[in-house]
Order: sequence, then C-alpha cells, then structure tokens
Amino acid sequence: MATEATHGAEMAEHGADAGGLVFHPMDQFIVKPLFGDGAVGMFTITNVTLWMAIAILVITGLMVLGTSRRAVIPSRSQSVAEMAYGFIYKMVEDVAGKDGLTYFPYIMTLFMFIVVSNFLGLIPMSFTTTSHFAVTVVLALCVFLTVTIIGFVKNGASFLSLFWVSSAPLALRPVLAIIEIISYFVRPVSHSIRLAGNVMAGHAVIKVFAGFAGLALISPLSVVAITAIYGLEVMVAFVQAYVFTILTCVYLKDALHPHH
Amino acid sequence: MATEPIAEELAGTCVDSHGSAIGMPQLCADWIPNQVFWLVIALVVVFLVLSRIALPRIASVLAERRGTITNDIAAAEELKRQAAEAEKAYDKALADARAEAQAISQKTRDEIKAQLDEATAAADAQIAAKTAESEKAIAEIRASAMENVELVAKDTAGAIVAALGGSADAATVSAAVGNRMKG
Repeated sequence: MATEATHGAEMAEHGADAGGLVFHPMDQFIVKPLFGDGAVGMFTITNVTLWMAIAILVITGLMVLGTSRRAVIPSRSQSVAEMAYGFIYKMVEDVAGKDGLTYFPYIMTLFMFIVVSNFLGLIPMSFTTTSHFAVTVVLALCVFLTVTIIGFVKNGASFLSLFWVSSAPLALRPVLAIIEIISYFVRPVSHSIRLAGNVMAGHAVIKVFAGFAGLALISPLSVVAITAIYGLEVMVAFVQAYVFTILTCVYLKDALHPHH
Repeated sequence: MATEPIAEELAGTCVDSHGSAIGMPQLCADWIPNQVFWLVIALVVVFLVLSRIALPRIASVLAERRGTITNDIAAAEELKRQAAEAEKAYDKALADARAEAQAISQKTRDEIKAQLDEATAAADAQIAAKTAESEKAIAEIRASAMENVELVAKDTAGAIVAALGGSADAATVSAAVGNRMKG
C-alpha cells in the first residue's frame, strides 16, 4: 500500500513535469500481485485472481443463492437467474438446434463468466479480466478446439464438407474451400480480439477523458463525455458477451450440421 | 526514490519506473501464464457451480412452474365445464318450474271457471224462479185489481142510479156493469 502511495506521488510529479495533463489510460490493465510487490509468476495471487474470484462469487450468488428458495413465483434475483437461463437456453436451441442443448452448460459458463466480468470491470477502480487477450484468447481457443473436436467426432471426415460449398459452381469450389479454411482458422482470432478489443478500448477512452478532467476549463465536458461513454460501455459489456456467446452457438451449429 | 530500482526490477519489463504501463499491458508476456492459470481455475469453478447446482435447479423450477401452470389450466377448464353443467341444470330446473307453474295456473283457472259456471247456473235458476214468482204475484195483483175495479164500478153505478132518482136492484146494476165491462 505504501509503495502504491509513492507510485501515486511519483505519477503526480511525473504529470506535473509533463505540463498538467496526466494520461495513463493503459495503467488500469496492469496485472499486480495482490500481496507484496514481487514479480508476477504463474501462481501469484494477483488482481486477476481477485476479480475472477469476485466474478465466481457474483455468479454463485445470482445462480445458486438467488434460486435457493426454488419458488414457483420467483423473487427478483431468481427471475434474473431464470431470465439468463432462458435467454441462453433459447439461443442455443434456436441457433445450434436441439442437439446443441447437450453443450448448454458450457455455453452458459462462457456467457455468465464474460457478462459478469464485463460488468465488474465497469466498477470504478476495478480490474477488467476480459480486457486481456490472454483471457479472451483462451476462451476463444477453448471454443475453437471443442467445436472442431465435436465436428470430427460427430461427423467424421464428412465434417470437411463444411469447407466444400456444394451449392457453388464446381470451378469455384476449390477457391471457396481455401477461403472457407482461412476464415475457419481466423475465427478464434476475431472471436477473442472482438471481445478484448471492445472492452479495452472503452475503458481506455474513459481514462483518456478522465485525464482531460484535470483542466478546469474542459472538465465539465470531460465529465459529460465520461458519463456518455460509460453508458455506451454498459451496453457494450452486455452486447459483447452476447456476441461471443451467439458466435459460439454458430460455430457449434457448424460442427453439428456441417452440410450447407 | 530509493525504492525505484527495486520496484522496476520486480515489476518486470512491462512497467516503467513510475509504475505506468509500457505499451499495452495486454501484450505483456510475463503476465500471460498467471492470467491463463487463474482463468482456467475460474472457468472450472463456474462450470462446476452452474452444471452441478444452478442449472439443474433452475431447470427443475421452470419445469415445476410449467407443470403448475398446466395443472391450473386443466383445473380451470374442469371448473368451467362444471359451471356450464350447473348452468344447464339450472336452466332445465327453471324451464321445469315454469312448465309446472303454467300447468298449476291452468288447472286453477279451469277449476275457478267450473266453479264460476256452476255458481252462474245456480244464480240463473234462482233468478228465473224469482222472476216466475214475481210474475205470478203481479198477475194476482192485477187480477185482484180488476176485481176491485168491477166492484167499485158496480157500487158507483148503483150509487149514481140511486142519486139520479132511479131505483134499480143490485143484481140488475151489476149485470149491466158486467156487460159493459165485457163489451
């Protein structure tokens, strides 16, 4: 804590040297050890650990404690949990089909983790775990690998017909196959960068506007802009979780029904 | 300021001497293992919590609610059917009662009419008897009146004859008067 104070003092000093405005929009994404001041190893308890633990607590609180009364007429938290359940259940059923419902718990896990992490990241001074590519790439790779394995296990070699567009003219099919294969392997990249990029950009923009608040003249404008971007970020937090989940469902549908 | 070199050394290559990020913290390779490790743990915990406890519970609650709603709808339909039956029975009872009431009133009306007819007939007979009796009395009175008139006429005629100085016996006068009156 003491070192943090000195860091703050240094930053202020640093900023004062630079001429009044302090911009450190990326500092909010720094991974720090929670106890002590050492290097960040693989098993170090960091702010990542803290905020993922809080996410687990929130999910448990909502989905387990919130539904503990099992009321036929639901309480407020129980109806939120039921709404989340129904929302994702219907999404999986509509997009991936009835046989996709086997994988509903996995998709629910992804959605709950991302949406709760995104919203926790909107709390001032918090750490946004989903703003890191390390996190979203793991999530996207899990989806990519699982979906590919499911595709081959369920369909065997005929899963490759996903890349062979039988509705196109024969001459075009090899070209389309190359494009389809490239787009298939780009999926985890776009899948992960879309989420982390959106979350990171919004948080960084808020920090930049917050930096402008140091000037008395433009501080009202800065506060208004922060408020507006914050509202946008609340929407982005949900929409990106939704997009990540529905894309997972789409990929799952491709794996279960690869024939165009 | 003495702590600076130590902090820098411990923080690795991604943080500068002022505690600020160098470049994008997202691209700092030093932190990736830590994040991946905790993420995997978090995902496993969330998955276990959801798939073991939360999702089956919510599914059972939703199924129970659907069952309750289906039962309630069935019960409501049963009640509706019963209500329709009760209404039909009520309508039938009402129609029966109306028919019975009509029958009773018709019967009563007939009875009253019969009594009335009887009474009328009796009254008519009585009236006829009274009329006959009265007519007879009137005829008697008329007859006695005619008799009296003859008697008075004979007396008067005898008196007038005597007053005019004639003399006639009663038998002659009465015979004369009797002839006149007949003629």
